[in-house]
Amino acid sequence: MPEVKMTVNGKPASGQIEGRTLLVDFLRENLGLTGTHVGCDTSQCGACVVHVEGRAVKACTMFAAEAEGMEVKTIEAMAEPDGTLHPIQAAFQDHHGLQCGFCTPGMVMSAAALLKDNPTPTEAEVRDYLEGNLCRCTGYHNIVKAILAASGQDVSKIAAE
Amino acid sequence: MYAFDIERPTRLTDAVKLLSDATDSQPLGGGQTLIPALKARLAAPERLVCLSAVDEIKGICTADDGALCIGGGTCHADVAAGAGAYPALASLAANIGDPAVRNRGTIGGSLANNDPSSCYPAAVLGSGATVVTTNRKIAADDFFEGMFTTSLEEGEIITEVRFPVPEKANYQKFEQPASRFALVGVFVAKYADGVRVAVTGASEDGVFRWSEAEAALSSDFSAGAVEGLSLSGDGMISDMHGSGDYRAHLVGVLTRRAVAAAG
Ligand SMILES: Cc1cc2nc3c(=O)[nH]c(=O)nc-3n(C[C@H](O)[C@H](O)[C@H](O)COP(=O)(O)OP(=O)(O)OC[C@H]3O[C@@H](n4cnc5c(N)ncnc54)[C@H](O)[C@@H]3O)c2cc1C
Ligand code: FES
Ligand code: FES
Repeated sequence: MPEVKMTVNGKPASGQIEGRTLLVDFLRENLGLTGTHVGCDTSQCGACVVHVEGRAVKACTMFAAEAEGMEVKTIEAMAEPDGTLHPIQAAFQDHHGLQCGFCTPGMVMSAAALLKDNPTPTEAEVRDYLEGNLCRCTGYHNIVKAILAASGQDVSKIAAE
Repeated sequence: MYAFDIERPTRLTDAVKLLSDATDSQPLGGGQTLIPALKARLAAPERLVCLSAVDEIKGICTADDGALCIGGGTCHADVAAGAGAYPALASLAANIGDPAVRNRGTIGGSLANNDPSSCYPAAVLGSGATVVTTNRKIAADDFFEGMFTTSLEEGEIITEVRFPVPEKANYQKFEQPASRFALVGVFVAKYADGVRVAVTGASEDGVFRWSEAEAALSSDFSAGAVEGLSLSGDGMISDMHGSGDYRAHLVGVLTRRAVAAAG
């Protein structure tokens, strides 16, 4: 079995994999980073979104071997080591952006990718960017609100709670 | 997924060799179509040759003749950001799937796959682009050969696509909301020597040129010029999302919208 080496959440990570090992399986099974979820396994739901070289990708639709030598960031690296939540995570908590929480890791990673490129998006831009992230619980309004709040915008006038 | 070997060459010549010296070997672009197909066991190669580390087939540049050249391994997000010289093409790329799909999926993979509802085939045929491969240059009119079929041969890699830049162009995509592919999409491009109209998502034969509309628009580039034209629903895709007649009707509507938006 070939070996793959990459940097995950700032630390070197390696392991024996098969050609068909998906990045999400390498993260979850080999590294025990189970924060990245598998909702659909068919590239539809976005629960598995992580950053590879700073860009959002669906970890269920990329082979681990393709991440050789790359920087991968997962939801585990969003909070500070002392547990202080990342501003996007804190906003999800404050604005009830999650219910069961299954979609949340992917939502947070997608939101982080959006805010990196577009620090003050409009509501329409947030909704458009989340096209590939499905949530069965919240109805999206509070997720959108949380992301707008995390971007420092005033959300007091947005009705949905 | 059945087991396979995976290779990740960094040079095009090595990729070509790896594709030719195993009996059942297939290129992997962004994997956004192929990985789901492997999971469903619709594809079962012995070896996958990743193109994602082959930098020489990535990137965007302008050729001496003014054509916009896009490397076959360039992902949709990079085309959306870097094809400013051809705004209709950049905007088409910006509306494929979702951001994560656009960060991986490539123009070469999309064209090789030739899904009957995909977006790039409409731009390539509508622009009269040239598909450059490791073996030859293929004119758009000779490249697409029906649903999921192209003139590519075994082991042939799309290295570049050359788009002549039109005076005006627009792509109208009527989205199928669940899959985010085109239920119907129409690409209209006006060149000095005539107008091209390419339609995706509609025909059972895959992407096609609507020659009647091209003739009408070449003499009068206005939405009114195609007002009276219509296509038959025969041979159009008919499924749970829409009948053949509905799709045929959409082609007319979207063509008029594309012309109006192109200005
Ligand atoms: C949720 C979702 C939504 C999508 N929405 C849209 C949409 O709205 N519009 C749209 O057009 N597409 C859409 N797609 C498809 C997407 O654009 C794919 O990226 C694309 O169709 C395939 O490109 P790829 O690079 O991922 O190819 P892969 O999946 O890697 O490969 C596809 C095929 O092409 C071959 N191949 C790959 N690269 C090359 C090359 N350079 N030369 C020769 N052969 C090659 C492979 O062997 C394989 O047969 C969507 C996909 C998903 C998952
Ligand atoms: S698990 Fe990857 S997109 Fe759903
Ligand atoms: S909070 Fe339950 S799926 Fe989004």
